[in-house]
Formats: sequence, structure tokens, C-alpha cells
Amino acid sequence: MTTTATTIPTDLLPGPHSRRQRRIERVVVAALVAIASTGVLVTTGIVASLVGPTWQFFTARSISGYGQEAVEVAGADPYAIPADDNPYAIPTDDNPYAIPTEETGEEFVLRDSSSIDFADESLIQYEDPVSVREFFTSTQWYPQYGDADFGVLPLLVGTFLIMLTASIVAVPMGVGTAFFLSQYASERTRRILKPVLELLAGVPTVVFGFFALLVVGPHVAARIWPFSDVGIYSGLSAGITVGLMILPMMATLADDAMAAVPRSLVEGAVALGATKREVATQVVLPAALSGIMAAVIIALSRAIGETTIVLLAAGSQAVWTFNLGNEMQTMASYIGFAGIGDQPTDSKGYQTIFAVGLLLFLITFVLNVASRRIVARFREVYE
Amino acid sequence: MVTLGTETGRAPILRPMQSTVATAEPSGVEPTSQVVLEARDLNVYYGDFRAVQDVNLDCHKGQITALIGPSGCGKTTVLRCFNRMNDLIASARIEGSVTYHGIDLYGPQADAGEVRRRIGMVFQKPNPFPKSVYDNVAFGPRVNGERDKKRLDEIVERSLRGAALWDEVKDRLDASGLGLSGGQQQRLCIARTIAVDPEVVLMDEPCSALDPIATARIEDLMQEIKQQYTIVIVTHNMQQAARVSDRTAFFTTEVNPESDRRTGRLVEIDDTRKIFSNPSDSRTEAYVSGKFG
Amino acid sequence: MSTVEVVREAARISLADTTSRARRGRDAVFLGALWLSLLVAIVTLATLVTSTLVTGIGSLDLRLVSSFPSPFAADAGLQSALFGSLWVTITSGVVSLVVALGTAIYLEEFADPRSRIQRLVTVNIQTLAGVPSIVYGILGLAFFVRKPFDWGFTVGAAAATLTMMVLPLMIVASREALKAVPPSLREGAYALGATRWQTVRKQVLPAAVPGIATGSILGVSRALGESAPLILLGALAYVSYNPTSFASDFTVLPLLIFKWSTEVQVEFRALAAAAIIVLLAMLLALNLVAIVIRDRSRISW
Repeated sequence: MTTTATTIPTDLLPGPHSRRQRRIERVVVAALVAIASTGVLVTTGIVASLVGPTWQFFTARSISGYGQEAVEVAGADPYAIPADDNPYAIPTDDNPYAIPTEETGEEFVLRDSSSIDFADESLIQYEDPVSVREFFTSTQWYPQYGDADFGVLPLLVGTFLIMLTASIVAVPMGVGTAFFLSQYASERTRRILKPVLELLAGVPTVVFGFFALLVVGPHVAARIWPFSDVGIYSGLSAGITVGLMILPMMATLADDAMAAVPRSLVEGAVALGATKREVATQVVLPAALSGIMAAVIIALSRAIGETTIVLLAAGSQAVWTFNLGNEMQTMASYIGFAGIGDQPTDSKGYQTIFAVGLLLFLITFVLNVASRRIVARFREVYE
Repeated sequence: MVTLGTETGRAPILRPMQSTVATAEPSGVEPTSQVVLEARDLNVYYGDFRAVQDVNLDCHKGQITALIGPSGCGKTTVLRCFNRMNDLIASARIEGSVTYHGIDLYGPQADAGEVRRRIGMVFQKPNPFPKSVYDNVAFGPRVNGERDKKRLDEIVERSLRGAALWDEVKDRLDASGLGLSGGQQQRLCIARTIAVDPEVVLMDEPCSALDPIATARIEDLMQEIKQQYTIVIVTHNMQQAARVSDRTAFFTTEVNPESDRRTGRLVEIDDTRKIFSNPSDSRTEAYVSGKFG
Repeated sequence: MSTVEVVREAARISLADTTSRARRGRDAVFLGALWLSLLVAIVTLATLVTSTLVTGIGSLDLRLVSSFPSPFAADAGLQSALFGSLWVTITSGVVSLVVALGTAIYLEEFADPRSRIQRLVTVNIQTLAGVPSIVYGILGLAFFVRKPFDWGFTVGAAAATLTMMVLPLMIVASREALKAVPPSLREGAYALGATRWQTVRKQVLPAAVPGIATGSILGVSRALGESAPLILLGALAYVSYNPTSFASDFTVLPLLIFKWSTEVQVEFRALAAAAIIVLLAMLLALNLVAIVIRDRSRISW
């Protein structure tokens, strides 16, 4: 009989290897927390990047231009420095790196006027801050022009019209396709169609934009619009194409909502002799309604934020109109349009990108929250 | 015999296998057997809900202790207290004490990982890792610091032999553990548990997912290894408890009149022969004679 | 009738269809409407595919891939855009995968499920997922192109912007992949004395690899097809050389398509269509890889 005195443990503390593992774990967790915080940082970053310049847009004066005299008086010689290093150079259409060689007295706008020390401020031209009232009530949007107007209504109306058109295209067909997939299609058909829908949802927007230019604009929109003459660019063309783009997503989300309806409900109705149509419209639809509504809101939110298709299909004029046959701009497509050029960072024209961007962000944010609230509220009823 | 570890004054990473046991007495008569695990006034709560109430039990070295009782009486909860698996449930907490050789398992002298190395567990549904047979058994030693390939080979072979699985898998150590039959998978889980050389092996209804032949093999295995590994087994199969164990603890549920929820409690614990032939409590008698449960 | 005959009449059971004609009519109309909507959707999408193919197939040749953009359609190719896309999407894919995986591992394996940080991060991710992609472009323009980072219109700024855009998607996919690993796997590892990190590193992560892989492929596909944010980051410029570093000017395939679509000369239409075919082929290949991974991994448990 061996004694067990030497093998009875007196503690259960970890050995060196285990201790090292625990030290490693502490380091790892700290690193992971740091990484996880970046998610929060990104949101903060977005809001911060939008709020600052928007605040400036509405409250601060911007420098819109000044004569060359002002620069010379300030002691800076824009022609002495090589183009690439020259913070005062602006690209022109002819030569991306050209330095303007206008005569004295001609105005030109600099990339970053905050770095200039002006000796004589009377030579500077300013833009006044934009009044909130003008922003929300004026119907003229010409921010890049000399005598600029900053009324955002044309963009809002354009956004709304295109969103409406897109929803008319996508919601009925999307929900219909979802009905078909979940209630009528055989298992085999479903197994083929569902991945196809997912693939289609991944088609880049620029492809749809090209399709709008090639087919939808000239051949569909121009032909079917009864209220006016329609050129190749129109809100209708953009709206239809955006609708086509969100169609696969709408169908997939609606189908997910319908598939989530408990089988017991469906089987109960079938057992009572209901036809497929009646099951679909009177049992599945009401039960899946919250999910379908959330899907609609998500799809609309996507349509509101769509840039590329609208840029390609609806033209670049922020026209104040309710006529879908006209060219128009949306908030998102304006931002894209404004961003193509390279504007001085403190001009009102540049700041419009942020003001409109903040508005766009707020609208989609509200829709996002609304869709989740709806799902939460309706879900209680059935569970 | 495998000698491992170079720490000074500490037990090696994996303790050498014992060839004899301190108090080897024929089962059934152990007046002086050593208490390895002990629970005193143990209450387990999930949030506000008291799942288990006032449990006092002890498990002796070299013996198989069975925890039996109807479903929901807290036997698994109590079992999982012995290797701190309840720590994984955020709302779980205990009152009372659970000790291993007198060391408080929940106190400052005990590290959860070390506890689980010494007190292993085999689960109800076999859960081999989606790795090879070799890597399944070697996982425990590797995680506890063993790197030497030769030693790992020895440990793997020894553990698989100890679980009566070596002959069946020795030619396919690289095959996936999931490719084995249910009974083989459970023996694989037993092999990997004993690969870290624990003193105690907890078993949570280890045969409930297996067919009768596989069950019989595992029961035989339990008898073979109980000298080296003190075993505590939860089972809802009374006949199994009677066949296999040296001591039996009978649990039952009590309904709390206010909240209408059931709390588990230990009714009695004694030698298996006594529990099944002449129990002290009438509830025990009712259960083992099949009047309910 | 005799009593027998009356009884026989009454006892005759019939399972014939008793739906009214009106009801059956509505069924038919409904089904017809569904078929119609399905048909319209399919026809439209088929038109999209065929018109693009027809327009572009002629220009699909080796010269397309070996040449660079040029004002002359006969010489123009897409190589700089192809490489620009590769640089930007691979970088953003890798970086966002690391950040997403770290976030997901922390949330799923280490953080208390009821803790405040869980809710905070989850709400943030949901908000980020609903933000239009152009707004990410604004973020990139303000932060990366201009001060504080001041990288200018470069590959680096684009990769950083797309990383942020793809991040919510990757985080959700990684979390799902980790959630799909059964708890019994973790329990088995803990019961052998493994620490949480050891369990995650040696058991959970290897088991979650298929899900994580498909998630990253999704993220990369998304980044590859994006056009809107990159418009604001200077990718619409005329770039006729491949990127050499993160500080290079660049353009990407979707924006080259955009540019060619808006060119006055009709020949560029065909080039745009050909570039679309190349882009769609790349996306299709990525998706197929994801599907294969997903199917292969079904066997595990």
C-alpha cells in the first residue's frame, strides 16, 4: 500500500504553462476590446465628419475668391513653386497640373485658403452663410454657380419621385415573386431560384446604370411616358432601373419573412380547405406583414441612397420639377456629382456635400430605426 | 510510467499514473476510504431561481458514486459544480462549499482551468472534436503544455488503451473522430478525458445516447478504471446505478408553494446495496421500487 | 323513391371539388398575376444580361486586359482599373476581416451577453449597415483624403474607406459563423482545462473557418462592385498606369465602366459592356467559391 501523502494536492493553482496562458489571454482580450471599439469609432467618425462642415455651411462665412493682388500682397508667389507642391494651384480641364496664368485682377479660387496669410482682407470675397430657411424652402439649387442658390427642395423632390417609382416597380413584383417562391414553387425550383436571387442582389449598381443608358432610358422611359417628351435622361428611367436593382433584395427579404411564418398556421388553413391563394393572402401575408414592411422600408432606404444609377440615368441638372420625364437630381446623385470635381475645402459649394450628406444620413437613419421598431412591435402579436 | 515536468516543488504537468491506490478494499466495505470531493450545504441559483437546495454529499477515492433521481432534480447541476462548468452560465452562482481534498473549488486557491484538469468530465452526448482521433486525445495534454511528440504518442496510446478503444483505432489515428460509431465516440471522449491524468472523472448520463451493447462496454470500462479514477456518475437509469456504483445519492424535486417552481434536493446518500434494498427514506424506497419516476 | 333508395342517396359520399367558380377564378387571376410578375422580372433581367453581352462580347479580347485607358477607343483597355480594383478590394478585405473577426470574437466569446458594450456595438453595427454607400464616401473624403490623414486621392484612402463600408457586413457574417459552432465543442475543451482563448483559437475558430471565409468573400464582392464612394475619392480620374503603392493614384473597374458609359463616342459603349462582362465574371467566380466552401463544410457535424 503506497501512501498518498505526496499525491494529495494542497492547492489548485495553475502551473507556469497555465499562468502564461492566462497572461496571454489578458493581452488578447485587451486587443479584442480595442478592435471592437473601432465599430463605435466609425459611427462617431461619420457623424463628426458630417456635422462640422454642415455647421460651417449654415453659420460661417467662406472665402469664395480673391484677386491675384491679394495673394501678392500677402507675399506668396504662386508661380514660384512647382505645381505638385503648390498648394495654390488648381487643376483645369486642359492640364490637370496647370497653374492659372490669368492677368492681374482676374479672380481665382485656391484649394486651401486657410494656409494663406492675407495682408489686405478687403481684397477677399466672401460667401455668406446659408440660411436654414433658404435651404429648406428655396426651390433653386445652383450651388456651383457664381450667384449661387442653395434650396434643397429640388433634390428632395427628385429623391422622393425616384424612390416612389422604384417602389412601384419593386414592391409588387418583389412580393409577388416571394409569394411564388414560398407558396407555389416546388422545392427544386426554390433551390435554384433562391441562389439566383442572391446573385442578382450582388450585381454592381454601375451595371444597372449602364443598362439604364442603353435600354431603359431611350427605349422604355422615352416610349411609355404619356405626359411629356422624354429624352435619354429622365427620372423615370432612373426610377425604373433603381426599382430593378432593389427587386432581388425585396424578393429575398419578403420571402424570408414569409418563410418565417409558422408551419402550424399554414397547415391549419390548408386543413380547412383553403386554396393556395387564400392561404397566401389571408394567412401568410398578415402573419408576415411586419417582416414585409421592414423589407419595403429597407429597400426604399436603399433606393433613396442610390447614387450611380441616378447619376447615369437621370442627368446632372437639379431641376425643380414634379415631372418624372425630366432630368433630375437626388440628394445622393448630387453628392456624387459634386464630388467629382475638386473644390476648395472651405467654399460653400464643397460644404453642400456635407449638408446634403447629413440630411441623407438622417433620413435613412430614421427609416432604419422605423423598420426595426415595426418589426419589434408587430412581432409581439404573433408570438 | 511517464515522468513529466520540471517545475520545482510543484506537481508535474501531468502526474504520473498511480499503480496502486491507497485504500484498495473490496467494494462495498470501505470504512476508511478517503473523501475526494465533498459538497457542504450546497445551494445553486440561476439568477433568483434556486435550482438545488442544501446538498451534502461526499465522494470517496477509488469508488463510483452515482447520483440518481427523476428529471429536473438537479443532479447534473450538482455534478457540474464539481468541475466549475456552471461558471459558463452567466446567471449561475453557488452558496455553500464544494471542496476537493479539502481545497475550496471556488476559493482563491483554485483556478478553474486547473480544477477541470484534475476533475474531468464526460458528457451525455458524445462530443468529440472535429479533428483526428489522435488530435482529440492529444488536445488536453497539448493545451496543458505538453509539446514533446514522443510523449504525446505515449499518452495517446495509453489513454486509448485505458478507454478500451486502442485496438479499434490504432490503425486510423488520423481519421476524424466524428467517423466513429456512437459508442466509440464516447470511449474516445473518455480517452481524451483521462489523457490529462485527472483524479476524478465526472460522467453526465454517459450512456443515455448509446445502444445497450455500447452501454455495457462503457459500464465494464468504468469498473476497470475506477481504481485509478474516482468516478461520479449521473444517471437516470436505476439499474445502471445499481450495477455499477459503490455509493448512490438519491435526489428529488420539491415544489416551492409560492413560486410553483421545482427545487432539487438530496434525499439520502449511502452504500448502493443499502439504497436499493433497504433505504432509510420512504421517497427513496418509492423511487427505487418503481412506484414513480 | 323507396326507403332504401332514399337512404342510399343520403349515404353517398362525394369528394368532388366544391369550390365555386368565382373562387377558382380568383385563384387563377392571382396565380396569373404572380406568373406575370415573375415573368417581367425574369425578362427584364434576361434583357439586361443579353444586351450587355451582345454589346460587349465583340470587344472582349486580350487587348482589353493588356491595354490602359486612352481617349481613343481603339487603344483603350482596362488594366489600370483592374489592378486598382485588386489593390483596393484585397486591402480592404483583409483589414476589415481582421477588425470584424476581432470584434466578433470579443462579442461572442468573451463579453458578457447582457453587458452594455454588447448592446452599444450591436446598435452601432445596425446603424452603420443602413448608411448609404455615398455617405461613406463623404467620410473618406473628409477624413482620409483631406486632413486629418491627408492621404489625398490615393489607393490608401480608398482602401480605408471601403474597409469601413464593408465592416458591418463582415462583423455580422463573422458573428453568425461563430454562433454556428455548437456549444458542446466549447464545453468539451473547457472540461479539459483549456482557457477561453485556447478554446477559441484551437477549436472554435477552426470550426468557424467556412463561415468566416464565405463572409469575407461576400465583403470582397461588395467592395469590388462599389462605385459611389469611390467617385468622391478621385477614382473617376483618368489613370493610365497600375498602382505601385498605397500612395498611388488609381481607378477601379466599376468607375472605368462609369466613365466609358458616359463617353460621347459610341465605341466606348462596347468597351463599357466588355468591362462589365469582366467585372461580372470576377464576381461570379467569387460567388462560386463561396458556394463551394459552404457546401463542402456541410459535412462537418
